Amino acid sequence: MGLLTKKDAALIKDPLFDNNPITVQVLGICSALAITAKLEAAIVMAISVMFVLALGNVVISLMRNIIPSKIRIIVQLVVAAALVIIVDLVLKAYAYNLSKTLSVFVGLIITNCIIMGRFEAFALANSPWRSFLDGLGNAAGYGIILVIVAFFRELLGTGDLLGLGQKFMGHPLLGNPIPGEMSGLYALGYENNGFMLLSPMALIVLGIVIWVQRSKNPKLKED
Amino acid sequence: MEYLELFFKSIFMDNMVFATFLGMCSYLAVSKKVSTAVGLGAAVVFVLAITVPLNWLLDTYILKAHALVWLDGNLRTPELSAYYDYDLSFLSFILFIATIATMVQLVEIIVEKFSPSLYNSLGIFLPLIAVNCAILGGSLFMQSREIPTFGMATVYGIGSGIGWFLAIVAIAAIREKIRYSNVPAPLRGLGITFIITGLMAIGFMSFGGMLTGGSKKKAKKETKIVKIEKKTDAIQKKIAKNNEKVNQ
Repeated sequence: MGLLTKKDAALIKDPLFDNNPITVQVLGICSALAITAKLEAAIVMAISVMFVLALGNVVISLMRNIIPSKIRIIVQLVVAAALVIIVDLVLKAYAYNLSKTLSVFVGLIITNCIIMGRFEAFALANSPWRSFLDGLGNAAGYGIILVIVAFFRELLGTGDLLGLGQKFMGHPLLGNPIPGEMSGLYALGYENNGFMLLSPMALIVLGIVIWVQRSKNPKLKED
Repeated sequence: MEYLELFFKSIFMDNMVFATFLGMCSYLAVSKKVSTAVGLGAAVVFVLAITVPLNWLLDTYILKAHALVWLDGNLRTPELSAYYDYDLSFLSFILFIATIATMVQLVEIIVEKFSPSLYNSLGIFLPLIAVNCAILGGSLFMQSREIPTFGMATVYGIGSGIGWFLAIVAIAAIREKIRYSNVPAPLRGLGITFIITGLMAIGFMSFGGMLTGGSKKKAKKETKIVKIEKKTDAIQKKIAKNNEKVNQ
């Protein structure tokens, strides 16, 4: 591993599955559900959270010895808010439409429980390099769940993924397009399930993801 | 009238939990018992009712584009004001969260003073209100939906707080009951809570028609329903005949 010792590698690997922030630690669920109707938005959200969490962890960890414990929550909020403002301005400058779809949920990264949870539980007690890795790992674990949920919701809801279906295959679901005619699976009577795009399905899809994960890994079961 | 409309809209149609998924973390963590859920829900209503109007004032008089014109009194001719070009809206995240953090600290002190038992039962979750997405989300939605007056902002804050309160109390009651039912082992706890919340959200979607009011569409639907009922009747008769034949 060269750069990473075994302990450091575990910091990145653990949150991906066994200690996933969303399905096991139950952190950061609000935004995970609200922006998963489209895969593109989910990916951008995951990258934004990764940026804020990794850098914020480093900043908090550098300041961990000088922050008075009584006002640490406010200090953490200010650090997170400053980083989120950067993300928000960058998105508005380079991806305006996307920042419109994400709307308030970029701002809500500040109060995303993952951010506060990791600041509080890890960065306040560990060195900057380890905190940075922990930030990367947890944001990646968050991103994975986001991408899985968004994948199913966009595919089943619109029959398309990231606009790729339209671009490469001419039709959302395979098959040679003949203008005005159904093709591929649609010709067989398949229809898009518009219900997948509505908010309740995000909860149910995530519930199913948790179900699958816990039946694969019996250690995680609750009683 | 519009106050009432906004009030019901923020409780049922734009319900914090079911429509926008705000405050899910504490919603899941504190919903194991009805009594603690009621405590946290009440705290959220209280904090939202204070912070949304406060942040509305901040937004209108400091943050918005051209908001600072009152500084030199040129309210009638704002274009002439020296402060006309200022637009501080990029600062809104930091200002909103600072207001919220202070208000939450205040609520914490008050609760600790007047109701130590509630303070003990809520434990570590009171500081979590500061980072509860529902609180910041309330202010951010207030900003992005351009709520026009101070009174409306107050009503919006209280309404969405009550919506959140209803949601957490409902799920806590369901979780108390579901402990005695036979849920598949991997679904227990978090998984089943998600699925139940999803089903409740589907239920809450039906409130969507509450404010649209139009009667034409409804009439069409009813005729459709009548037609479908006739069809199903006919099919049932056929099935009954077939059954008789088979029996003979």
